[in-house]
Amino acid sequence: MLELRDIFFSVDKNEIIRGVNLTVENNKFVVITGPNGGGKSTLARLIMGIEKPTGGKIIFDGQDITDADITERAQFGISFAFQQPVRFKGIEVFDLLKLSAGGKLPFNKACDYLSAVGLCARDYINREVNSSLSGGEVKRIEIATILARKTKLSIFDEPEAGIDLWSFKHLIQIFEDMRKNIDGGSIVIISHQERILSIADEIIVLAEGQIKNRGAAEKILPEIINTESVLRECEKLKR
Amino acid sequence: MLKLDEIQRRLIAEIAGLHKVPIGAYNFRANSQLAGRNTTANIDITSKDDGSGIDIRVKDGTKNESVHIPVVLSASGIKETVYNDFYIGENCDVVIVAGCGIDNCGNQDSEHDGVHRFFVGKNSKVKYVEKHYGSGDGAGQKILNPLTEVSLNDDSIMEMEMVQIKGVDSTNRVTTAELKTGAKLIVRERLMTHGAQKAYSTYKITLNGENSGADVVSRGVAKGKSFQKLDLCVIGNAPCNGHTECDSIIMDEGKILAVPSLEANHVDAMLFHEAAIGKIAGEQLIKLMTLGLTEQEAEEQIISGFLK
Repeated sequence: MLELRDIFFSVDKNEIIRGVNLTVENNKFVVITGPNGGGKSTLARLIMGIEKPTGGKIIFDGQDITDADITERAQFGISFAFQQPVRFKGIEVFDLLKLSAGGKLPFNKACDYLSAVGLCARDYINREVNSSLSGGEVKRIEIATILARKTKLSIFDEPEAGIDLWSFKHLIQIFEDMRKNIDGGSIVIISHQERILSIADEIIVLAEGQIKNRGAAEKILPEIINTESVLRECEKLKR
Repeated sequence: MLKLDEIQRRLIAEIAGLHKVPIGAYNFRANSQLAGRNTTANIDITSKDDGSGIDIRVKDGTKNESVHIPVVLSASGIKETVYNDFYIGENCDVVIVAGCGIDNCGNQDSEHDGVHRFFVGKNSKVKYVEKHYGSGDGAGQKILNPLTEVSLNDDSIMEMEMVQIKGVDSTNRVTTAELKTGAKLIVRERLMTHGAQKAYSTYKITLNGENSGADVVSRGVAKGKSFQKLDLCVIGNAPCNGHTECDSIIMDEGKILAVPSLEANHVDAMLFHEAAIGKIAGEQLIKLMTLGLTEQEAEEQIISGFLK
């Protein structure tokens, strides 16, 4: 479905991505991990078109999308959840979900998307997506917008960043459900969390702008478990 | 029956959301002439003896009633000043919808200066909605200069929604209010300017009574080469709460000057102001583009949400 061919990206002679080759097949749940500053978020932004590669090609569903802009990529079927969701004055949760769904969205469908991320529509649907919402709330709304988009490829940039541990437990549940209902699509998540890594079909370790290791979760996770690529679950909270 | 032509009906729809004759009291003014009036058992509308405007009198205890007083100008070259006085009795709960639409396809300026005075009785609640809109591409300017004076008696509440939608070439809006004990004033202003338009908006809110309060929020978008000046002043002369906020988006070569000011003349006066001017955040555009919107569509969504 998605293929990155020899992708390079640099800013002012500073090479951030250095020759990444990667294929994400249909029905796959892929987690990209690696040390901070290794280029993970940049790679996600390159796939969405927020950044343009300085070398290489991006192929989506057999089509070269290297020169396509963000809007075109979104219309081709790629969605992107921001690490730090954007806030808007005056735009309500329902407005954002309608835009995500491509215009019209019945209230009960919006309610389904919100309840899937643990929010009650009655309390949230008319809330503005502004600074009155907590970090955990905007994060969940961000994920609800991705659910409403129903795209072939969904990319999540560190969904666990900036949320509290209670919300994180629900978040894992959401991704486990998405994994179950993948239905021909693909999910790419940038994450360090052991719980998310453990449900991956494939783990990709990105460091210094290059793929250092990749393979099935059962194989890769034990190899990286004691490195900074993996944040282990708190033993006390596990109970 | 209302004596309105097609252009006038379109202007009424823009400023008052009306597609037919409203229920309740109304006074329609078109090209300086009375185009229709209705009074109710509780709301009386009379012309001033000198013909300079109207008096609206709402009886004590009137609840859940509305008054519509839209004004439209569709002939080029009209310049008028209208004085409307609202006397709201005690213990009322009413909605007043005003607004002015100008369509000017000619070469002469069209100007409507509305002077509105509100005398709100004790324990009454008033929601006031005022929309201004201009259309027509003649060389003549569309000018609106509303002067609004509000006097709020004990424990009364006034909520004002002041909106300039688009197409107004020049406006000088002045709103003053004086509040007695326990009175509350809530203002939500939305200003959109484009082209070479100029908008001046001045508020002077005086909190005289104990526990009186005001919350004034003005949001503006200045596009093209337009200019906005927002001058929001709250004066606290008693134990009171006052908050003002100017929040603006600047685009193209627009210019915005925000001048918030506070004056506390009592040790228990709590006054706050906030002001922010900036362009649309790049991340906001990117987020909406990742949902499949073009950059222009994203910009429109952000602005319409901001000015909602």
